[in-house]
Amino acid sequence: MLSPDILLAGTINGLLTGAIYVLVAVGLTLIYGVLHIINFAHGSLLMLAMYAAFFLWRSTGIDPYLALPLVAAGGFALGYVLYRCVIGRLSRGKDENILLVTLGLAIVIENAALFFFGGDTRTVEVSWAAETVEVGPAFLPLAKLVSFAAALALCAALGLYIARSDTGKAIRAVARERQGARLVGIDVEATFAISYGIGIACLGAAACLLIPSFYVAPTSGHAFVLVAFTIVVLGGMGSFLGALVGGFVVGVTESLGGLLLGESLGQIGIPLIFILILLLRPAGLFGSRA
Amino acid sequence: MSARAATAALLAAALVYPLLFFGDGAWLVRSNYAIDVGMLALFAAFLGQSWNVAGGFAGLTSFGHVLFFGTGAYCSTILHVGHGVNPWFGWVAATTAGAALGAAVGHLTFRVGLRGSYFALITLAFAETFRVLANSVGFTRGGLGILIPLDQRAAALQFHDPIWFYYLALALCASGLAIAWWLTRSRFGTYLAAIRENEDAARALGIDVVRQKVRCLALSGAMAAAGGTFYAQKYLYIDPSIAFGVDRSVEMLLVAMIGGAGTVFGPLVGAGAVVALGEATRALSDARGLGLILYGLLLVAIVGFLPNGLVGLVRAARRDA
Repeated sequence: MLSPDILLAGTINGLLTGAIYVLVAVGLTLIYGVLHIINFAHGSLLMLAMYAAFFLWRSTGIDPYLALPLVAAGGFALGYVLYRCVIGRLSRGKDENILLVTLGLAIVIENAALFFFGGDTRTVEVSWAAETVEVGPAFLPLAKLVSFAAALALCAALGLYIARSDTGKAIRAVARERQGARLVGIDVEATFAISYGIGIACLGAAACLLIPSFYVAPTSGHAFVLVAFTIVVLGGMGSFLGALVGGFVVGVTESLGGLLLGESLGQIGIPLIFILILLLRPAGLFGSRA
Repeated sequence: MSARAATAALLAAALVYPLLFFGDGAWLVRSNYAIDVGMLALFAAFLGQSWNVAGGFAGLTSFGHVLFFGTGAYCSTILHVGHGVNPWFGWVAATTAGAALGAAVGHLTFRVGLRGSYFALITLAFAETFRVLANSVGFTRGGLGILIPLDQRAAALQFHDPIWFYYLALALCASGLAIAWWLTRSRFGTYLAAIRENEDAARALGIDVVRQKVRCLALSGAMAAAGGTFYAQKYLYIDPSIAFGVDRSVEMLLVAMIGGAGTVFGPLVGAGAVVALGEATRALSDARGLGLILYGLLLVAIVGFLPNGLVGLVRAARRDA
């Protein structure tokens, strides 16, 4: 049996990894959970944003944390344009088509990265990346603590924005009743594009927070796709608090699964959670369907 | 040219093609490479047809079809290498296992009403679960994979000359076409089309929707599993990422979508296009990724503008003529 100390360290480690998952999943909660756009390109767009942070750092030396607003703004613009020009136009509102169009986009983005940037793994080296902070019995990497705090802040900010702002109200109105929203004068297509843009902006923020403690390669996004979808359905569709809790649950499950079942079998937790949630709580899932 | 004459001409061309390149008596030039390219196209067409049976004819868009492929590959290989079962029997067992797994997955997911994107994502999760399991448990030898001992006799389902694998792939592809053709003619196929177009209306007409979808996924799973055994016997090695990697799921889907989902010849046309494009880009450029960029763009364009794929394009051209 494992000692409590190791389990505690595993849990803390899982929470920190979970925070990174939260950052990636929170954009998907908006895109998939609220508006039900199945964004299969989520992982590859994250990878693209990580490359953006990397190249900004390499060409100008700008710290990824300082580049965050820039990358997030770029993410918004890219997301808005992608939705307006490609996803919205070509999918004609059908679920399966959105799925296939975003899959096609993911294939294109991933292989374009491979074609232009090569398959090498790249890392950002900043002075504070190796620093650790002593918390109780454990030494925790500073970069992961920052992304932990940022995950909490981002969820709170996004939740508030959707609850309070006019745009947020429009998004919720479109999610709940598309026809009605159109009747009261909301531009539905623009609202979809804005939501998609906000979702990708979140990915931009996530990428900047991730890259100091991670690496980027054309396949970096792969690992996050199923994880992000798992978190969204686990936390409940469209709930930012749910994404927060879901992300931590998934992170801890993965970490403790690795400790208890071994490195290889431990990975089974995430797909298994996803399958079980969909099979056992389908009512809860469809209940919040727009 | 009537459809029947075109089919006969296509079949004759496929039968003659390897003779152009085979052995000392090659009609054109001796080239095992050319035969293998043809074999790959036919094999991709067969796997694409297996996706098409579920994704095209019944609208069961799967993102994890490799689940069945890998199960078939492991089933016959473990029976053969671990228990000395002849691979021909292993092939039958693998196909049966694919059908059973398709029925099981279908039963689990359709009974609780999962469809559309939920079905796509849950098949992806199933495939991922199987990949992790194959990587971890003992009887699949984990990440090391399994080597099938070389034994080039037809009785051991291995052939020294690539032409026999070509004809085997042609037989698979032809049986896939026959199944697809049957789906356009039979009552079962009509049920599936009704379910694809409007599930609620199909149910209201008295179709047992869950039962028909389960049968469809079982059929499709059996086909993909048969493909898995073929792959293992041709390449004599499988490991968890070959057997359950997401790339092959995507390729099956691409082949069917590009050619024309829900059409009989779509996967064949799509496989031809994908293999030709792959060979052409490889000849043009050393850089990796170019071919897949084109497939991705093609997929996006086809979803947007050509819902019936390349086959639809041909049909439209014939109507205009």
